Amino acid sequence: MLCSVFAFAALGGDASSVQADAAHLQGSLQITTNASYALHEIQAPTGTRVREYVSASGKVFAITWQGPSIPDLKQLLGSYFPQFQQAVQAPKTRPSRTPVSVRQSNLVVQQGGHMRAFYGRAYLLDQLPSGVTEESIQ
Amino acid sequence: MTFDSMTSAPSRFAAIAALLFAALLLARCGGGSSSHQNTIAAPASNVQPISVNSGPNGNYGNGIFTSVTVCVPASSNCQTISDVLVDIGSYGLRLLSSAGGGALTLTLPQQTGSGGNPVGECAPFVAAVMWGSVATADIQIAGEQASSIPVQIIDPTFAALPATCQNFGVPEQDTLQTVGANGILGVGPFLQDCGPACTATGSGNPGLYYSCAGTSCQVAAQALAQQVQNPVGSFGTDSNGVIVELPAVSAPMVSISGSLVFGIGTESNNSLAGASVFPLDGSGNFTTSYNGQSYPAFVDSGSNGLFFLDSALTSLPLCPDTSSFYCPNSTVNLSATDSSGATSEQISFTVNNADTLFSSGDFVLPSLAGPNPGTFDWGLPFFFGRNVFAAIDARSTPEGTGPYSAF
Repeated sequence: MLCSVFAFAALGGDASSVQADAAHLQGSLQITTNASYALHEIQAPTGTRVREYVSASGKVFAITWQGPSIPDLKQLLGSYFPQFQQAVQAPKTRPSRTPVSVRQSNLVVQQGGHMRAFYGRAYLLDQLPSGVTEESIQ
Repeated sequence: MTFDSMTSAPSRFAAIAALLFAALLLARCGGGSSSHQNTIAAPASNVQPISVNSGPNGNYGNGIFTSVTVCVPASSNCQTISDVLVDIGSYGLRLLSSAGGGALTLTLPQQTGSGGNPVGECAPFVAAVMWGSVATADIQIAGEQASSIPVQIIDPTFAALPATCQNFGVPEQDTLQTVGANGILGVGPFLQDCGPACTATGSGNPGLYYSCAGTSCQVAAQALAQQVQNPVGSFGTDSNGVIVELPAVSAPMVSISGSLVFGIGTESNNSLAGASVFPLDGSGNFTTSYNGQSYPAFVDSGSNGLFFLDSALTSLPLCPDTSSFYCPNSTVNLSATDSSGATSEQISFTVNNADTLFSSGDFVLPSLAGPNPGTFDWGLPFFFGRNVFAAIDARSTPEGTGPYSAF
């Protein structure tokens, strides 16, 4: 049975879940590889493009998204979703409208753009393969 | 006796000239002024006064506020709502209900969908969602009127927040304290807040609109005309876009006044007047280049600061107390190039320590900035000293069809 939101592998999960999920995807999945990681690119029916970065050891260490709406971050961030929510919901000293910029010792989650065009990325600082810079995760 | 009064007339003239030159330099650095006209339109039927001030909570930095009148359609049953944020990065009017501490007490007719169920909306912004019902209203701003269009009523008591909305992951903003305004007036370059995606059924629908039975809401397809609408698109003659006009700001201030002008090239007071036109792509973006790299970019009066890149690429440190803003030790001057099609313009801008700016007691902060991966967000500081145009998708203007930004 399919949910209305199809499944992705989650941040910190392993590559086999990407393969398993691929069967359920109603969008297209493309995989490219380089020396440091495999890049799984998924085009969702909502128009959102998700990229999952899988390390040589088979772990999803980064995810990026862009499209007309925010994707299901509970699904994408997996076990890191509660940590993200706790950080992003911390009370502010003043109202402000800024991009999301969560930066903790192990986890970075950012989201910017505007209504009808959202851009985000999440990655695990302690699981970036050597030679992979934060800037290269786009 | 002052030193100045001892000087001869010619040297006094030179001193004054030097001061004027210094003032001009400051204006360029702090206000990001452009070579194009920066005029503030005088009162007229298509001109709404706006103000950058501390907002209804007295603590909002870099927000434009104005008043909007809403009426039960085709009636004189109206309420004027003050302290509504002017945002050209979103589309549609959202008003905070009194249940959330907002000013709106007027009961507007609820929009209903299939089966007669009330329609709810989870409106996504990059760092928050707004949840509530969709209602129908006449909207009056200056001498303009939009008749019987969908608006959002932000209301924490309207049904339970659906799982799809929760899973966007960002917090719900539905109180005066968190919104910092009595509503948001979205007058950017699109007509609807979602567009074609929300007309889809099944997995292609991103989950902004809901059919609500009791407190339980299910994702529902929503036709374009039923989606929350940019009210400008429904105005009589001035319906092709807006101009945000604010004066140059060389240093932090308590407040400034300006004009929100409706229409582009439709009246004697809203011509493009030499501003450069940046056509927007289907996502509403042009391009900004910085250090040889290109990024999607947009102008957004609803963003408090200039948001771009990260500490690694800019050498600007994050603030010790928040990773949302930059806190350099001293003033940093930067530049980037905005472009689209044949148009290109270099933009100089200044970044100062956000913690210092926020503790200044001022609310107009021309050098407030922070990180933002992937896109260049030219927020409110960009607007100081510039007339910024937003031409609506598929609407014609004397300088071409929208969507475009011009400045």
